[in-house]
Amino acid sequence: MSVLVYTESDNGKFKKNALEVASYASEVAKQLSTNVTAISINATENDSLGAYGVTKILNVNNDQLKTFNAKAYANVISEAVKSEEAQVIIVSSSSDTKYLAPILAAKLSAGYVSNVVAIPESTSPFLVKRTVFSNKGFAYTQITTNIKVVGVSSNSFGLVENSGTAQIEDFNPAINDSDFSTKSIEIDKVVGKATIADADIVVSGGRGLKSPENWGMVEELANVLGAATACSKPVSDMGWRPHSEHVGQTGKPVASNLYIAIGISGAIQHLAGVSASKTKVVINIDPEAPFFKAADYGIVGDAFEVVPKLIEKLKEFKAQNA
Amino acid sequence: MKILVCISNVPDTTSKINFTEGDTKFDTNGVQFVINPNDEFGLTRAMWFKEKQSAIVHVATVGGPNSESTIRKALAIGADEAIRVNAEPTDGYFVAQQLAEVVKNGGYDLIIAGRESIDYNGGMVPGILATLLDINFVNTCIDLQIDSDNVTATREIDGGKEKIATSLPLVIGGQKGLVDESDLRIPNMRGIMMARKKPLNVVEPIDAIRATNDVKFEKPEPKGAVKLVDAANIEELIDLLHNEAKVI
Ligand SMILES: Cc1cc2nc3c(=O)[nH]c(=O)nc-3n(C[C@H](O)[C@H](O)[C@H](O)COP(=O)(O)OP(=O)(O)OC[C@H]3O[C@@H](n4cnc5c(N)ncnc54)[C@H](O)[C@@H]3O)c2cc1C
Ligand SMILES: Nc1ncnc2c1ncn2[C@@H]1O[C@H](COP(=O)(O)O)[C@@H](O)[C@H]1O
Repeated sequence: MSVLVYTESDNGKFKKNALEVASYASEVAKQLSTNVTAISINATENDSLGAYGVTKILNVNNDQLKTFNAKAYANVISEAVKSEEAQVIIVSSSSDTKYLAPILAAKLSAGYVSNVVAIPESTSPFLVKRTVFSNKGFAYTQITTNIKVVGVSSNSFGLVENSGTAQIEDFNPAINDSDFSTKSIEIDKVVGKATIADADIVVSGGRGLKSPENWGMVEELANVLGAATACSKPVSDMGWRPHSEHVGQTGKPVASNLYIAIGISGAIQHLAGVSASKTKVVINIDPEAPFFKAADYGIVGDAFEVVPKLIEKLKEFKAQNA
Repeated sequence: MKILVCISNVPDTTSKINFTEGDTKFDTNGVQFVINPNDEFGLTRAMWFKEKQSAIVHVATVGGPNSESTIRKALAIGADEAIRVNAEPTDGYFVAQQLAEVVKNGGYDLIIAGRESIDYNGGMVPGILATLLDINFVNTCIDLQIDSDNVTATREIDGGKEKIATSLPLVIGGQKGLVDESDLRIPNMRGIMMARKKPLNVVEPIDAIRATNDVKFEKPEPKGAVKLVDAANIEELIDLLHNEAKVI
């Protein structure tokens, strides 16, 4: 029995979440006294995975898989599961992976648990801890099927480096043309900018910023910190910011190391989606704003005074610590 | 075109979450149940297809008798017929198998589900359903256009969006964006009256595997008090973030 991990790459380079799920998988393999095999698709830097506990890599190089296709990717991973006789499959929580994981689970008649935040409590029975009710609770969930798919929450486990190396094998499963009956025709994606899904820091603005023109300082703060920008729901509803920046229960989830909320009141639906972030900072003019109850650090003050000062001081700090 | 909207019956977003029976069950005491927000966007899009493209719209839920008020609401919003599979929805795999049976019996061209239920956040029913039926699937769908069998769907991806060409039959996992927020409908009196006369068919579940089982629940640790920093003393915040939280 081995553990298989799907390590996602972007333009050949492994994403941070790939290294995190590899670290997680290697911990599960220890629990099961077995090894970790990774399956990677069109990755070019496979040798880096060994340092996260992977001992064998099945690498698929195929032009048909250049653009992500959930069904085709699920099929490739499922073939790898069969060839390795893997019983535990570890995947991330990126949007692509959340798209393919249920397909994979159904192909393998496997139970799938998403949003898992810790290594299994026990492996027999197979019991994992996951968030439920949009971070308002945890469930300990048993997977009762033979094959198990575990979706690890971003930033919940971290990266664990060791000094191992991995052996790389080419893997060439048959690709079904029928999998391409959903076909990507256009991708519109910001490049060279941190995204909410994988940024360490997210800077977010709410209705308190009053109008879209005032986002300059939010972007500048994000720039200084190498952060992604986000917003509350009304801000995207009013078209001040793109929908893809809306975070919260009905928007994108945030699980960054640092979340800075500027002019956001902290409504329950907003907090539900961002509370998985490790450290939360709130800047709000109203000391009664509910966000102060959910935050680690807070400044009561006018964003239009506080944020420019914060930018200036951070620049000084960065210059000193560069 | 025949559409099935899959509706998950969930606690209202403002609900306080508590557990009961030795932390083995969700405490429904005082909780108001609603149509899962992601499904509400899907249902509204289905109404558009009904009005503009003469689609027939059915809704289905897998749940006990207490989920009926939620699907009645979907009928009041304008769905033509409802199906309730009489079983507790404790596992996504189980729910998907039940819905697959509903789809096979009803011959639907388009199945609109949500990206995830806001209660257990599984995010798996639509993908498993599509795979069991061996039909096309688009997740995190924020736009859906159908011209006879040709479908153009847009899905949200990390950092942007992707346009996808596909065809019916199709399952989508929908979410906010699928329709404008302002187009969401509140059932009116006439809708509520009409809903009473619409069919609500209760069917018994088929034999199916339950792949997962929640054995225990827990609430997050209560949060410590916020540390306030004076607006005149921004350096202190930077110091705390650097030396205490170690995040910058
Ligand atoms: C079903 C449902 C789902 C929802 N899902 C989400 C979701 O996913 N995400 C989400 O964000 N919301 C969601 N909401 C909406 C949520 O309830 C709130 O309405 C929303 O989060 C409020 O956004 P806001 O904090 O930007 O605005 P407001 O609540 O208007 O808050 C603005 C804040 O800015 C402060 N402020 C004003 N001026 C200044 C200044 N000069 N400097 C500093 N601070 C200032 C004010 O004190 C106030 O606290 C949902 C609602 C429902 C019903
Ligand atoms: N019990 C259920 N009955 C009908 N549809 C459901 C049920 N549970 C989930 N769904 C559908 O599947 C979507 C994703 O749910 P989940 O996989 O539970 O997060 C929901 O938005 C619904 O459209």
